[in-house]
Amino acid sequence: MLEINGLTRSYGEHQAIRDVSLTVADGELVTIVGPSGCGKSTLLRCIAGLLTPTSGQVVLNGALVTKVPDRLGVVFQDYSRSLYPWMSVADNVALPLHRRERRRAARRQAALAALESVGLAGFASRYPWQLSGGMQQRVAIARALAYDPVLMLMDEPFGSVDAQTREDLEDLVLRVRAERKITILLVTHDIDESVYTGDRVIVLTGGPGSVRAEVPVDLPAPRDQITTKELREFAHLRTEVSRLVRAAKLPEPC
Amino acid sequence: MKGLGMRRLAVPAARLGVLIVVIGAWQLATRSGTSPYFLPPSTIVSFMYHQWFDGPASHLWLTTDATGNLLPSLGRMLAGLVIASLIGVVLGVAIGRVRVLAELMEPLVHFGRAIPPPVVVPFFLFLFKIGTPMEVASIAFGVVWPVLVNTIDGARHVHPGQLETARAFRVGPVQRLVRVILPAAAPKIFAGLRLGLALALILMIVSEFQGSTDGIGYEVDTAQTTLDMSVVWGALVLLGVLGVVLNVIFAVAERRALAWQRGSARTE
Repeated sequence: MLEINGLTRSYGEHQAIRDVSLTVADGELVTIVGPSGCGKSTLLRCIAGLLTPTSGQVVLNGALVTKVPDRLGVVFQDYSRSLYPWMSVADNVALPLHRRERRRAARRQAALAALESVGLAGFASRYPWQLSGGMQQRVAIARALAYDPVLMLMDEPFGSVDAQTREDLEDLVLRVRAERKITILLVTHDIDESVYTGDRVIVLTGGPGSVRAEVPVDLPAPRDQITTKELREFAHLRTEVSRLVRAAKLPEPC
Repeated sequence: MKGLGMRRLAVPAARLGVLIVVIGAWQLATRSGTSPYFLPPSTIVSFMYHQWFDGPASHLWLTTDATGNLLPSLGRMLAGLVIASLIGVVLGVAIGRVRVLAELMEPLVHFGRAIPPPVVVPFFLFLFKIGTPMEVASIAFGVVWPVLVNTIDGARHVHPGQLETARAFRVGPVQRLVRVILPAAAPKIFAGLRLGLALALILMIVSEFQGSTDGIGYEVDTAQTTLDMSVVWGALVLLGVLGVVLNVIFAVAERRALAWQRGSARTE
């Protein structure tokens, strides 16, 4: 279980997030949506232990997060930076496994299995820049999966891919979650995506970011890009979230 | 496509043509042998062959003059390059990654690289006396600065996203250095090495002029006192060819090591 209590993070005078509290149950997929600049990335980096909060705390499975926790998978938006262009796809996926697994063959085995699970079997020896954006983000997801995470943080993971690819990747995340029971926190600025993938949508207000509303999503599983989005509940939910996000926007830039 | 194919052939052909014209003109202008200073290319090549490459097959056709002068020179240059590269990369990564070190060391680095390297040759001559250690030290001193400065730059400017990813996946310090920081800095490091290579050749000759009992530079220095123009011209041509060959070898190694960089730059 992930518990966030009264989390505040400032950069000098500027508060990026203020007093954010949030609980995520094991195996839950929570999406965080909000206007741009509302501190979504700051929140995610605090949870990941990459940033130290100014006040408040993050507790993962009973342990206070003071540095990057073990078994945390992260998928960043900018795959061109988070995947290393000098390494093959398989080496990129295997890199985080060095610390746990000394045997090269075992690391490679784990990397190949993860690549297969995201539909990239046969691309192991390619380089990231030889793949499309969507495929590169699949590699990033495979890297997080190979790491066998209990918690996966995704920072606007599909912000730089086209609409069709985005839908495929959303379904990949849903499938992975169903198969592996990983707890997932997914940050997005896309309202449809937040409703379609989430068990619960957290709406953040802008400048400084804080929780404006929590919207439970009771859409039937398994979700489907066509039929789920046809449902009246889906339309209701996306309207509700949309209204909350619009209200969360401030006239001043944040 | 046809135009491209033609161009691909036309350019090397034209280059070869220019080379032939220049050498031919040189030959025509000097064949009368009236000037003691300007030797015809045929004489230079023939001299080079007899002086250095007329040896037995068991010695790879190198003459005793070649094994006694060319090989020591090349050996010193390589030793100087390797030593300077190691020092430059190790120190450069440390200074580039550790802010305190950068603040302490940077004035010193800028002072060091501002010194024209040939000026340290007399100092090393005092320190090591005549011989290989002095020459290797001189070469290494010249090479180390461009490698150091470029490595500092490369190691310092690793993209924050690449470092954050390593942190997020708890990549250990050794892996982070070897698999993230060094490759990220590699384009800069290679740029430094390329500058170092040119300096190594210069310092090899300068140090052999001043304090050596063998080597190409020593050979030229001796020829100067005996007014032996053929050695001067032969060494000049040999060093030019050597410089080109070393650059080509370096370029091939760089292309291989940085293939990812050209690939990713194309798709960005």
